[in-house]
Amino acid sequence: MSCLQSLQAYGLRSLGIGERLLPRQDITLCDQIVLIGSGMIWNVYFGLLALCFGFFFAMALALGKASPRAALRKPAEWFVFVFRGSPLFIQFFLAYEAFVLLPRLGFEIDWGFFEITVETRWLARAWLGALIVLFLNTSAYTAEIFFGALRAIPKGDLEAAEAYGFSGWSRFRKILLPGMLRLGWPGYTNEAIFLFHATTLVFFSSFPAFQQKGDALYYAQYFADRTFNPFIPYPIVALYFVAVTLIIIAVFGAVQRRLNRHLPQAQRTRLRYRPTLIR
Amino acid sequence: MFEFCAEPSLLETTRWFACYLTNGVHLLFYQSFLTVFALLAVAAPTALAFGFAAASAARSEVAPIRWLGKLYTSMVRGIPDIAFFLFFVIVLDQGIEYLMHILRCPDWTEPIRQGANFIVCDEARTPPSRAPQWVHEGYNFGLAVFTFALVFGAFAANVLYGAMQAVPRAQLETAEAYGLSRRQTFWRVLVPQMWIYALPGLSNVWLILIKATPLLFLLGIEDVVYWARELGGSRNTTFAYPHPDWRLWYFLGLLVFYLAFTRVSEIVLGRLTRRLSRGQPTLGGEAQRQEGAAA
Repeated sequence: MSCLQSLQAYGLRSLGIGERLLPRQDITLCDQIVLIGSGMIWNVYFGLLALCFGFFFAMALALGKASPRAALRKPAEWFVFVFRGSPLFIQFFLAYEAFVLLPRLGFEIDWGFFEITVETRWLARAWLGALIVLFLNTSAYTAEIFFGALRAIPKGDLEAAEAYGFSGWSRFRKILLPGMLRLGWPGYTNEAIFLFHATTLVFFSSFPAFQQKGDALYYAQYFADRTFNPFIPYPIVALYFVAVTLIIIAVFGAVQRRLNRHLPQAQRTRLRYRPTLIR
Repeated sequence: MFEFCAEPSLLETTRWFACYLTNGVHLLFYQSFLTVFALLAVAAPTALAFGFAAASAARSEVAPIRWLGKLYTSMVRGIPDIAFFLFFVIVLDQGIEYLMHILRCPDWTEPIRQGANFIVCDEARTPPSRAPQWVHEGYNFGLAVFTFALVFGAFAANVLYGAMQAVPRAQLETAEAYGLSRRQTFWRVLVPQMWIYALPGLSNVWLILIKATPLLFLLGIEDVVYWARELGGSRNTTFAYPHPDWRLWYFLGLLVFYLAFTRVSEIVLGRLTRRLSRGQPTLGGEAQRQEGAAA
């Protein structure tokens, strides 16, 4: 089978499109590269969506944690403590068991021109259930980074803002938010990298891969089991993830430069790799 | 465990739970917590040793050793740690069998890799196929511990390398000025001073290590996750203690266990940091000095 054929058969296999049976005999290098790459679709899907939704929730949590009001501060503190203090692996298991126990219900949602039925059984599927867990998890980690950044904003900035008559929303929008993002960005970059690494846990915890629609590591393990040769599939996964990491660093680096563009060269916060964030 | 446990179906709730939670399989479940602690007790020092060796190698004068150290140090940078876990366990297993094969069966002519098979002679099987069950379990656990140490050694190497760079340059120059050799400078000046810089990072690695212990389950060890799944599954009336699907509660228990464990670690490590920063020329040490002076 040529490479083009493997691409046609397995390019979108992780979404259920293409050849139904996974390669069994005569597994070629192309098969492995294509199928593992197809699994990466899931890793990118989980990572990207969790990151996007988590960003906003994390800001709310960070502000809650910094709030002087106990009614806001306590829930945010507990949320961050629970999700940062326990293994993501256990969180996946717990969430899956909880979602499976939910009653099987369907809700009709009327969007005006079309209706969709939202079903609770979707929660027990990886595409929604695991996404929710990852979203909550990354929110907690990111909230801690943003909270630290919020506390590191120079006092002088806030005094200057007061002197100029900023208060409430405009003070947050013009002073606190940019400062928080600028100071927290290097940490947030690391969080993004490790979030993408954490997506590999999805199909290894309890969420089942229906019809063998799995992520990159799932297929890599499939090949390692089948060929009994770990030296090909795992390095392929590794290369894919190195590529994703480089893309993240490039994109976040561009944002970083934009956030720091008003500062003299020496004062800019640098992107530094710190392996502090793994679940 | 208790005498009244002879006929569980007749017991009222409290006693039923007392019997249920102390039956044989539950005692195995509690033992598996010891597995977690055993893993940490062995893997943490080994990882630290690997990290130290790699960090020193990354500072070496000899280029190949330096490259090797740097490669190992940056290994965890772009690749998920689970990939390493799955990879190294197979690689170690096959590597050991391959070595034994070369040593014990030198006149074996067939290739070891035949298509999708990995075939070694019988004497090279590790552990031997006739070995008792506990040898197999112990061997698997050993492989798992070594893999943990290897992966987290890379994390520790990252931290220690940074800490070695953070020791003020003037200290090393002074040592050179006093005529200390490279080796003496390393062991008598650099190493004693780097720990305070390494401690925040090492605390983090420790917390990461704790939170990675459920991954033992992926490596096929009968750990806490295995037993929680096993015991929580619903039991019908043919069992002594029938109950519906309780896995949710078992995992909730594990969550609380890990939360408590990380919290206690955080508190202890916080104390240790305070203790070690005493008299150090760092911000923390300076704050302690001023407190002492004020009192």
